[in-house]
Amino acid sequence: MVRFFGADRTARVHPLTVVLILGVLTLSGGDAFAQGDPSAEGGPPLPIACAVSAEDAPEDGGGSILVTWELTDPGGREDEILGFDVLRYAPGEEPASIGEVPATDTEYTDSNTEDGTSYQYVVRTRTPFGHTDSEPSPAAVSSAQWFAKSRLGVLVIAALFCGAVLFYIQRAKKGGELFIREIPGLEAVDDAVGRATEMGRPVLFVPGIELVTEVGTLAALTILGHVAKRVARHGTPLHVPCADPIVMATAQEIVKASYAEVGRPDEYDPSRVAYLTYDQFGYTAGVNGMMLRDRPEAVFLIGTFYAESLILAETGHSIGAIQIAGTKETSQLPFFVAACDYTLIGEELFAASSYLSREPVMLGSLKGQDLTKLWIVYVIILAVVVGTVGYMVSADGGSALTKIFEFVKSWFN
Amino acid sequence: MGSLGIMIGTWLAGFLTLAILSFLYKDNPFYKLAEHVYVGVSAGYWLIYVAFFDVEPMLVETFMTETGLERWILLVPAALGVIMLSRWFPKIAWLSRWPIAFTVGVGAGLGITANIQGYVVPQLQATLLPMTGFNLVSLNNLVLVVGVVTTILYFYFSKPHKGVLGWAAKVGIVFIMISFGASFGYTLMARISLLIGRLYFLFSDLLHVID
Repeated sequence: MVRFFGADRTARVHPLTVVLILGVLTLSGGDAFAQGDPSAEGGPPLPIACAVSAEDAPEDGGGSILVTWELTDPGGREDEILGFDVLRYAPGEEPASIGEVPATDTEYTDSNTEDGTSYQYVVRTRTPFGHTDSEPSPAAVSSAQWFAKSRLGVLVIAALFCGAVLFYIQRAKKGGELFIREIPGLEAVDDAVGRATEMGRPVLFVPGIELVTEVGTLAALTILGHVAKRVARHGTPLHVPCADPIVMATAQEIVKASYAEVGRPDEYDPSRVAYLTYDQFGYTAGVNGMMLRDRPEAVFLIGTFYAESLILAETGHSIGAIQIAGTKETSQLPFFVAACDYTLIGEELFAASSYLSREPVMLGSLKGQDLTKLWIVYVIILAVVVGTVGYMVSADGGSALTKIFEFVKSWFN
Repeated sequence: MGSLGIMIGTWLAGFLTLAILSFLYKDNPFYKLAEHVYVGVSAGYWLIYVAFFDVEPMLVETFMTETGLERWILLVPAALGVIMLSRWFPKIAWLSRWPIAFTVGVGAGLGITANIQGYVVPQLQATLLPMTGFNLVSLNNLVLVVGVVTTILYFYFSKPHKGVLGWAAKVGIVFIMISFGASFGYTLMARISLLIGRLYFLFSDLLHVID
């Protein structure tokens, strides 16, 4: 049996016929099998990639077609496959390779299509004995989808979350009393500023190294406003080194407004809210130098920090400053906990900014988040209880409760 | 010239490394020099980087090559960038708040979806683990579920931490501190590998003491 290109062209022929055909081709110097025919190289028959299908990649913004294939009749020789080449052509074009796929994969996403254009695909199977091309796939056209059904869970949670936040914001605006518990570490802000004033030394506020679009930076800037008011009342110098120009501009506006609010606009010095550099460790070196030379009595490390967190916190500790830190970066929190006097852990940072500002929008946001957290806790507890009881009733997972549990779990995929 | 340049560069890097490490003793003129060089050079580097890798390819070149809406929409960020410069003119400095507000609003909006899709939903799904019997897997699932629930309750701010909520929050902070301890050790090892890398540079590239 000899395999030719394409699964549907596979045919059984008499051995004598093969000998005759090969003899004619050899005499004519023909190279009809130069590409891919294993028998020309003396190798065994090849597995063939076939049943190639192509369809618009689901739930995307367009410009992608998903190509899938499966081997037919590999004869248990899948291990010989070196890999696949995916070839594409549009009407009037020659097939051209657009990508290589390992032998273990059976799909390829062509992310470089033009929406509305019809494409066909050929999958080429490579083995040590040559390669074999599949039949062309049916034509496929890429297009954009409006909704990603698999993200329905995200949509529902986002809608519930936003609804809860908007509800509580409206309630806060109408004068409703929204309770927020005390946050450890916030009381220390006034103590730290007071101590710096008594010692006649400045306060250093480090708002992290991220951009103003980071929520951690936004929370830090809100707390900066509170610290700036305290500092302005006491007439204590406040230094704010920034790693980003927009953060610097925003911080300048906030500090300026805080000084004006407590009736001391003339004491605001914009040069103290300065840009250093966006480079992570360049910024760290600069802030370290400020700590050593200005010797601030109170250091606030609040915002988004990465590897520089311990360097900054250790330097602040070495100069004997009272340090209050806060970040949402869980990998950096251990260093702040170890080296600082007070640490706002994760979401306490955002709660602190709401607690201090007492603005209806921020209070409402925090209350909305709290309600969402409660919903999440309820879902977890209910689903786990249902799943556990389901497995107790039927250990093989065949009970109705187990099916409900699996449905809930799959819904959040 | 090439080898001389490499040699000068290596010695300069070695000197600056030692100057920065001298901070471990105390603040000194060598550290100050290295610090100021580092801050100045990096500020200049980022200025050039933003100009040639952000503004030029994403704004100028794209404006020249794109057509239709994709081209003219670029005038919006360009205008916001120009308005940002109004900070230099006190009378119209208030205009600079517009691009700031735009940036902050976009960041907050993107953050909601990204966090729900990237953190909340996967974490919620991964926590739905039932107890399937009296075995170690079930114990593991129980610890995980209790850890997640009590940690969430620690960050519940709408009620004081008293009674049942207080106890749950206390359990939650224990879980948090255990995870911080593990994270501390893990990160510390990574930092030590950074130190080893720098020492290797000093002893290998600079002093040729080791191969």
